[in-house]
Amino acid sequence: MALTKRIIPCLDVDRGRVVKGIRFKDLKDAGDPVEQALTYERQGADEIVFLDITASSDFRETVYEMIKKTAYSLSIPFTVGGGLRSSIDVRKVLLAGADKASLNTAAVMNPEVIREGAEVFGSQCIVVAIDAKRAGPGRWEVYTYGGRRPTGLDAIEWARRAEQMGAGEILLTSMDYDGSKDGYDIELTKAVSRAVNIPVIASGGAGNPEHICRALVEGEADAALAASIFHYGEYSVEDVKRHLKGKGVSVRL
Amino acid sequence: MRVAVLDLGLGNLLSIKRALERQGADVSILSGWDGGTDLPPAIVLPGVGAFRDGISALGRFKGAIEMAKGGGATVLGICLGMQLLLSKSYEGGEYEGLNLIKGEVVKLPPSVKVPHMGWNSIRILKRSPITDGVADGEFFYFVHSYHCALQEDVAIAETEYGTKVVAMVEKRNIFGTQFHPEKSGAAGARIIRNFLEVSKR
Repeated sequence: MALTKRIIPCLDVDRGRVVKGIRFKDLKDAGDPVEQALTYERQGADEIVFLDITASSDFRETVYEMIKKTAYSLSIPFTVGGGLRSSIDVRKVLLAGADKASLNTAAVMNPEVIREGAEVFGSQCIVVAIDAKRAGPGRWEVYTYGGRRPTGLDAIEWARRAEQMGAGEILLTSMDYDGSKDGYDIELTKAVSRAVNIPVIASGGAGNPEHICRALVEGEADAALAASIFHYGEYSVEDVKRHLKGKGVSVRL
Repeated sequence: MRVAVLDLGLGNLLSIKRALERQGADVSILSGWDGGTDLPPAIVLPGVGAFRDGISALGRFKGAIEMAKGGGATVLGICLGMQLLLSKSYEGGEYEGLNLIKGEVVKLPPSVKVPHMGWNSIRILKRSPITDGVADGEFFYFVHSYHCALQEDVAIAETEYGTKVVAMVEKRNIFGTQFHPEKSGAAGARIIRNFLEVSKR
């Protein structure tokens, strides 16, 4: 008996519709977040992350509608992030039915948002997402606004601070490796995993199941998030878990 | 099957409501109970928030708790809801619990990352109608920082996270799960279905 490593597919959502979703013949509507999430649930996903990339605030409400529908159908936990600006947004996301809210830019601008969310809903509901870019040997800088703005903050220091403020989990994305399909930034993942005493989700760079394995074993991450390797149907969540199990990694299969 | 979910005002009850409804339950969310209406035969104590707030909110349900104590309703406590059943908690201070089950709620050991978050497998210690059809070693979704140190022999399943962690309890008409059945896929749905079956008896 051991706590298993989690495999978390990530879905990008724009105005309540999934972009770059899974391409399967049996999906009636590839843009439907609920249908996409249920497909992953059936494949054995341990959680789902929705990243809201809706640019215009005119369509902000679409995310709450999506959360309600998802909560209605899904029977595994799901996280919603992207564009949450304040503890009011956190509250709305959680009350709509999400299990966790993920904060990124807002947490850097005002770390009190983490504390407020954790005090009202509990640390387990508050994920702090960190976009980190290599700045030198063993050093990574935190970026905000979807990776556009450097902050001068050290990623490891910021992860520790987020934990102190009450974050229940760190979602760590390597900007250098994101989209590369060359594997996760193992050094970054390991450095942050060792720096904090809360779970760390590795993100950015998964191209095959072995990459995920390395992030969990060598990177010491508690969970791995991936998007494109699942979306294009190259590997199912189950394929990844079978690979992990074969390598002696404890997974729910 | 009528089921009451006690609203302790600590978060969203949509998931547990839906999980019960999927198994055919007729769910009402109660924000208090003073004995004025018929209490459903099954009561769910939901699982989010801090112990202090939970026990304080339960003040609005004294009548319902008394009914449950007398065997008049079957109870399922989930996560915090299970912890509230115990005598005492050390979460953020020292607080008296419902004392329906003798034991204390204590912090997970420092050797592990806290919260205990994710899917862990359970070992079934004692077979019960609530684990009917659930395999030994089945996975469930846990999210908690404190756990139950029981002072009576009512654990029916356990898991491991730095220490042995009580996963499920059963004492007459009172059941509890440290994990979240409403977030545990098909295995969790089975627990909920079993709870509804037990409540019919």
